[in-house]
Formats: sequence, structure tokens, C-alpha cells
Amino acid sequence: MGRYFRRKLLIYGVTFVIAVSINFAVPRLMPGDPVARMLSRNKVANPESSEAMRAYFDNVFGFDVPLWQQYLNYWAALFKGDLGVSVYAFPASVSSVIAGALPYTLALLLPAILLSWIVGNSLGAMAARNKWLDNGVLPVGYVFTAVPYMWLAILLAWVAGVILGWFPVAGGYSFALTPTFSWVFIVDLVHHWFLPFLSLFIVALGGWAIGMRNLVIYELESDYANYLQALGAPRRLVRRYAFRNAMLPQITGLAVALGMVVGGALVTEVVFAYPGLGSLLLSAINNQDFFLLQGILLFIVIGVLVFNFLADVVYVLVDPRTRLGLEGGQS
Amino acid sequence: MTKRRTLIALIALPALAASACTGGGGGSENPSELSMNEFPRNETLYITGTGGGPPADWNTITPGEVTGLNGLGYETLFLFDPETTELDPWLAETGEWTGDLTYQLTLRDGITWSDGEQLTADDVKYTAELGQIEAVPYHNIWEWLESVEVVDDLTVEFTFAEARHQEWNNFLWAEQIVPEHVLSQLPEEEILTGANEDPVVSGPYTVHSYDQDRLAWVKRDDWWATDHLDLEVQPTFVVEVITTSNEVALNLVAQGEVDLSNNFLPGIQDLMASNPDLSTYHDEAPYMQQANTAMLIPNTTVEPLDDPEFRKAMASAVDGQKIVDSVYSGIVATANPTGLLPLWDDYIDQSVIDEHGISYGASEAASILSAAGYEDGDGDGFVENTDGEAVELTLNVPTGWTDWEEAARSMAADLQAAGINVTEEFIDAGAVDDARTSGDFEIIMNNWSGISHTPWTHYRYLFQLPVLDDQSTANFSRWENEEAWSLTEELAATASDDPRYQEILSDLQRISLEEMPAIPVWYNGAWSQVNNAVWTNWPSEADDTPNVIPTAWNGYWNMSSIYMLTELEPAG
Repeated sequence: MGRYFRRKLLIYGVTFVIAVSINFAVPRLMPGDPVARMLSRNKVANPESSEAMRAYFDNVFGFDVPLWQQYLNYWAALFKGDLGVSVYAFPASVSSVIAGALPYTLALLLPAILLSWIVGNSLGAMAARNKWLDNGVLPVGYVFTAVPYMWLAILLAWVAGVILGWFPVAGGYSFALTPTFSWVFIVDLVHHWFLPFLSLFIVALGGWAIGMRNLVIYELESDYANYLQALGAPRRLVRRYAFRNAMLPQITGLAVALGMVVGGALVTEVVFAYPGLGSLLLSAINNQDFFLLQGILLFIVIGVLVFNFLADVVYVLVDPRTRLGLEGGQS
Repeated sequence: MTKRRTLIALIALPALAASACTGGGGGSENPSELSMNEFPRNETLYITGTGGGPPADWNTITPGEVTGLNGLGYETLFLFDPETTELDPWLAETGEWTGDLTYQLTLRDGITWSDGEQLTADDVKYTAELGQIEAVPYHNIWEWLESVEVVDDLTVEFTFAEARHQEWNNFLWAEQIVPEHVLSQLPEEEILTGANEDPVVSGPYTVHSYDQDRLAWVKRDDWWATDHLDLEVQPTFVVEVITTSNEVALNLVAQGEVDLSNNFLPGIQDLMASNPDLSTYHDEAPYMQQANTAMLIPNTTVEPLDDPEFRKAMASAVDGQKIVDSVYSGIVATANPTGLLPLWDDYIDQSVIDEHGISYGASEAASILSAAGYEDGDGDGFVENTDGEAVELTLNVPTGWTDWEEAARSMAADLQAAGINVTEEFIDAGAVDDARTSGDFEIIMNNWSGISHTPWTHYRYLFQLPVLDDQSTANFSRWENEEAWSLTEELAATASDDPRYQEILSDLQRISLEEMPAIPVWYNGAWSQVNNAVWTNWPSEADDTPNVIPTAWNGYWNMSSIYMLTELEPAG
């Protein structure tokens, strides 16, 4: 078992180094110049001054050294836990900008992913052997999963936000409030959170349910299930085994979905004007903020790796075959 | 069963963590600063579309400060009034040229900073002298400013090596006066790149609170203009809502959650027809005031764009009205052939336009082309270069700028119809930046010549010399005309009331029409749509309302837009 995890860790380590290097390279491969963009965004149009300012800020951001040295500096800073200074939100540090956005993203995506996974899988498993559910509920799921998410989100915002006026159309909490630990504020927070959450929940729900339904049907028709049934095992027992086997691919799916969580839900956050890492990512790209972009991508890399690793661990716990394989020394 | 419980526990843990986040997510402020947790709607002005990101920078010296810091927080010596193109005293009481090379400025008495200190001549001297640091944006004044002397507490005297009246006026209304007693305590690096949290300001508002998607200002009690000018800003709170999407801004202003939207919202006139609370500066087209000139920039180092006649043919082939009507559905206006904004109408020399102006028309374009020797020899519908080489040009605009994309399509079609083979191509905005700076393009669009107190900024934008390898702010056409540039430099040093001022301007207009270094197409608007449900008496063309530009973009408060806040009235 130790060997299995050592090998996994090695693979994750190598992946991390490569991914972080790509993080460094990708923003720099984009055309354009972040400092020039920053100056023009702020209408520094004075030709005599703009050259001096560019030189000064190139130095502040460390763009005035050769690329290989920037790369080494990047790694050195990373090990010190320093993600650099944001160009877009200058002079705030990338860590503080991300820290400000992360709670919104986590509070939005974790419940959406987990609840849709739990509810979706239960629905799917039930639908596998229930005509009414299969013909009634699942087609709705198909529709929600198949419609373009952007369209669904805009429709939700328009109907529930603008026409009915039940929910606000922008912001993490009311623009008239400042954060306090009071009921008014918490209720308001949830009020603003609900629509973006619902849009993510609905769309993911259908996907999980469809997947689970197909997997359970597949398992119920496999040889071991037929064999169990032929032996006269109770239906409940057969279905429990089928369910447990069908769960395995879904756990991988969940790990991938959770790994992407820190990337934020870009479209959701833009459509509902909800603060978070997704809208930050968009601004970072638009403003060529190398450091913020690197910082967010780093979070995504770490997130994907950590949750994949967790999935590996969970596999060992839930799938006896993996464990047996490990004990036999073949991982 | 044990295993399943483990699984459930694994699932439940992050869910619990998530619900904890839901409760606590949000605030980044220090709770002790919050005197109030809810802004009363009828005392609060909500604005959006001012172009800021997450609030992080309260430093006015170097660029990147939060929108509103200049004007609501820090203030300038004068305000610029775009209606009269004059400067009005603000922090300064008077300012005048006391000699050919000396300018004396008197401050108003009794202006206090938000920490209680007096704003004095020392602050003005300190602010001007900060410009001696190379990385300060107004460093250029020290090329012709010699010294700053404090005469007494309220009087400062500036001595110049060269009296550049227009450039100096630009300093007077565009640069914010900063507190010497605060900044002089800081090291240079902190002055330039520090965040300056909790700024000490002289203006009507100070920072109340902020978060990633908002920034709130609260009214100060002891703003000097209340005593001196009998002005009082009406909203107790000004909250800037930061949105990344114009659709969201449209919903907010239509619902009345936001009072002022400075977003580009095409189709606003249809919404106004159904929602009586909404209004814009003008009741009819173009609805908005004009903020800058969108121009076609030909690269004059590329054949045949180096030929003024060819550029003139292009100018007459492009149908600006079509873009105004079809792309912008009437919320912008076609540009004057000189490219000068409407606020400079008084300087436009109509006789020059009558003589040298180019009017729109495909047939006129064809006659200019054939007179200059450009013929369609091979009969493919497009003219060749004078040496028989085929002409194929590309017009680049940033991808995703949908209005510019549509305008580029329209212009390319016009040019092709006139026999000039131009195709539009949409590339990444960063790539357009690179191309414009390095000169590696054929035709692009640019609109960086905007509102200012003098057309000098427009001609500096057109004619600036020398042409360097990288052109980052002006003369993107890379057109070299020594005469035009020396006239522009002379303009900078000429007072607006000097008769020579208009002579130079007429000459510059003639040169720009004869040589067409850039082709003016339309004026972009100072986008502004307001909701009258909570606040009324918004700026409009009507005489009984203020006539300032109703825009909260960075730098506009100094353009007299601050009067919008003092003139607002609560509705109902």
C-alpha cells in the first residue's frame, strides 16, 4: 500500500512541476504588455512620462530581467508562498485578491456540486428501476443538461430576478449593506447566493442522474447480478451491490468536479454579477494580469491534484478490489 | 456499513465547511470602521460602469487608483468646464500669469484635510515637486517649469523656463493636490507604489467600506466648498457597484437599484420608451454627450497608405452615418472631418473645411483615386498600387468588441465598394495593443483623443514627433510632418486668448485635412443613463438642470461632473 501511494505522490509531484511551468508560460505567450495595458487603462497619455513609468513598473513587476530569470524568481517566490503583486488590482498582492474572492466561490460551488451529486445519484439509481421516474423526471434532466448553461442562467436571472423580482440580479450581498454578523446580513447573503447556486445545481443534477441510471442498469444486467438473482438473493441485496459498483466512476467524476471548484464558475459569476474567482479570472485575462492569472491557475492545479489524490484514497476505502490488488503487490 | 459511513463522513465534511463559508463569506473590512451597516436608499447614490476593478489602490500619484478617488477624495486646483472649455477656480481662488514666465496662484482660505490639517501653499509646492520623480505621470512639467516658491500660506509662485500655457492648464485641472504632511513622511517607493489605505483627502467624500464588487464613499462634514461656494453634495453615501457585464448593469438601472449607469448600453432608447424613470442627457439622438473620436489609423509606413491622396480616398469612401445608424442605432454621432470634438466647435475653421474637407461618396473616392494614379488594371474591382502591385489591406480590431467589429465590417465593405481592397480581421485585444505600439499593422482603429481643455491634445495625438520604434500614446499612423509638429508645440505655448491661437489651429486643421494622418469616423459617447426614481435633477440639455457631463468615469469629476452631486434632488 505504501508503494502505491509513493508512486502516486511521485506522479503528482511531476505533474505539479509541469503544470506550474505551464502556468508561467501561458500568460506570457499571450500577445500584449500588461504594464502598457495598465497605463492605457488609466489614461496615462503623456508621451514623455509614459516611457519612464513603463520602465518603473517593468521593474516593480520584475519584467526587466530575462525570461529564464523571471521563471527562477517565480519558483523562488512560490516556495516562500509569495504569489506576487496583481497588475490589475495593483498594489494588492495576488494572495489577498484571491483570498477575498475564494469564500464566494467555495460557498457557491461546493454545495452545488455536492448536493447535485448526492441528489442526482439517488435520482438516477431510483430511475434505473422505476418507469415513472425514468420517463418523467429524467427527460427533464436531459433537457437541463443539454441546454447551453449561459442561456439557462440568463433565463433564470431574467425571470426570477427581473420579471418576478424574487431575487437580486447582482452582487454577493445587497449593495446597501456592509458585512455584519446579523440575521439581516446572513439572510441577504443567502438571498443573493440562491439563484447562482440553483443554476449550477440544476445543470449538474441531470448529468449525474443520467450517468447513474445508465451505470446501475449496466450493473444490474451484468453476470454477477444475474448469478445472484439465480441463487435467489433478495432484490435489495442485488441492487445494493449494483449501486456500489456503479458509484465508482461517479466518485472519479466528483473528484474532477471538486478539483475544478477553485477555478470558479466563470459564466455563473458573470451572468449573476456574483463575486468570486471566475469573474476575477476573466478580468485577469482581459487585463493581462500575469500574476493573478498564475495565482488562480495554481489554485486550480492544486485543487485538481488534491481531489484526484483524495479520489485515489477513497477508491481504496470503497472498492475492495483495489485493496486486494494492493495487498497482492500489483497496483 | 462502516465503509459507507466513512464515505458519508468524507462527503459531509466539505459540505459543513461550505455552509460555514456561506455564513461568514464576504467582508474584508475592519468592523470597527463601520459606523453604519445599512445605507438608507434615499440618501444613497448608486453608480456603475465606471470601469474599476476590485478596490485596492488609494494612491492618486501613480495610475490604478479606485474610481472616484480623484474628485470625491482628492481635488484639483481648478475644474475644467467642457461646456465653456474654461477653467474654474476650485481649490485655488485665483491664478494668473504675473509675468511672461511667472504664474501666481492663491488658494482658498480655510480648506482642511480630512485629518484636520490646513491645506496650504506647501501642499501645492510639494505636489508639483513630486513631479521631479521620473515615474510620476506629470514628470514632464519639469522640462519647462523651473521652480515653485511659497510666497505665503496661501500663495504659490511658479517660475517657468518656457511658458507652455496649454500644458500648464492641463496640470492645473488634471492633477490632484496631495497632503504634504502625510506623504513627506513616506519613502519614495511607498509614495509611488503604496496602497495609501485610509487616504487623507480634501474632497466631499471619504472611503466608507469596500469589497470585491463594491466601493462605498461617505460624505464629509467639513468640506470647504460648503462655506466658500455654498455647495453641498446631496447623497450621504455614494456606492460604486462593480459589474463585469453590461447586461447586469442594464437590469440594475432599469430596476432602479442603480441610479447612474455609465455603461455602453445600445438600445437604451427603446428601454426609455417603456420605462419613464430612465433618461439620458439628450432626449433624442445622439442621447449622449461626446467623449472621444473613433478614428481609422492607417500605417503611413506601408504603401499605398503613405500617400495622402490614397488616405483621402479612404476617408471619402467610409460612410460614418451608416455606422451611427446601424451599429450604434443612433447613440453616437458622426465625427467632424477635422476630428475635433463638439466641445471645440468654436475653434473649427469652417472655411478650411469648405476648402479642404472631404465629403462621403463612393464616386468621389473613385475620382480621388484615379486622379492620384490608382487604377483597376486587372479588372478585379480593386485598384492596384501605382506600380501595378495589387493592394490588399487588413483592418484589425479587438475581438469581442462587438460594436467595433460591426463598424469594421461596415467600413471594410464601404472601402471595397470604392475599389480599395480592405478586409476586416478580429484579433486579440493584446495583439492589437502590440501592433499599435510596434507599428506592425496596416489599418487599426483608435479613440484615445478625448475631452480636454484644448485641441492641443488632439494635435499632439496626431502629429507627435519623433516617431520611435515603439509609439505608445500618440501618432500611431507614424506620419512625419515637421511643420505640423512645430505648430503643435507652438500651440502648447500659446494662451487661448492670443489671436495666434486660432491661426495655429486653422493651420493644423488644414494640414490634418490635406494629409489625413488619421480618418475621423464617429464620436463615442460619454455613456450615461440615469434612473429618476430616487434622485432627480440629473444633468441634461435642459436649461433648468445642470449641464455637466453625467459621468463618474475616472477624471470626470474634475471636468465639473462634481456639480452633478451638488445639484441632485431627492425624488418625491
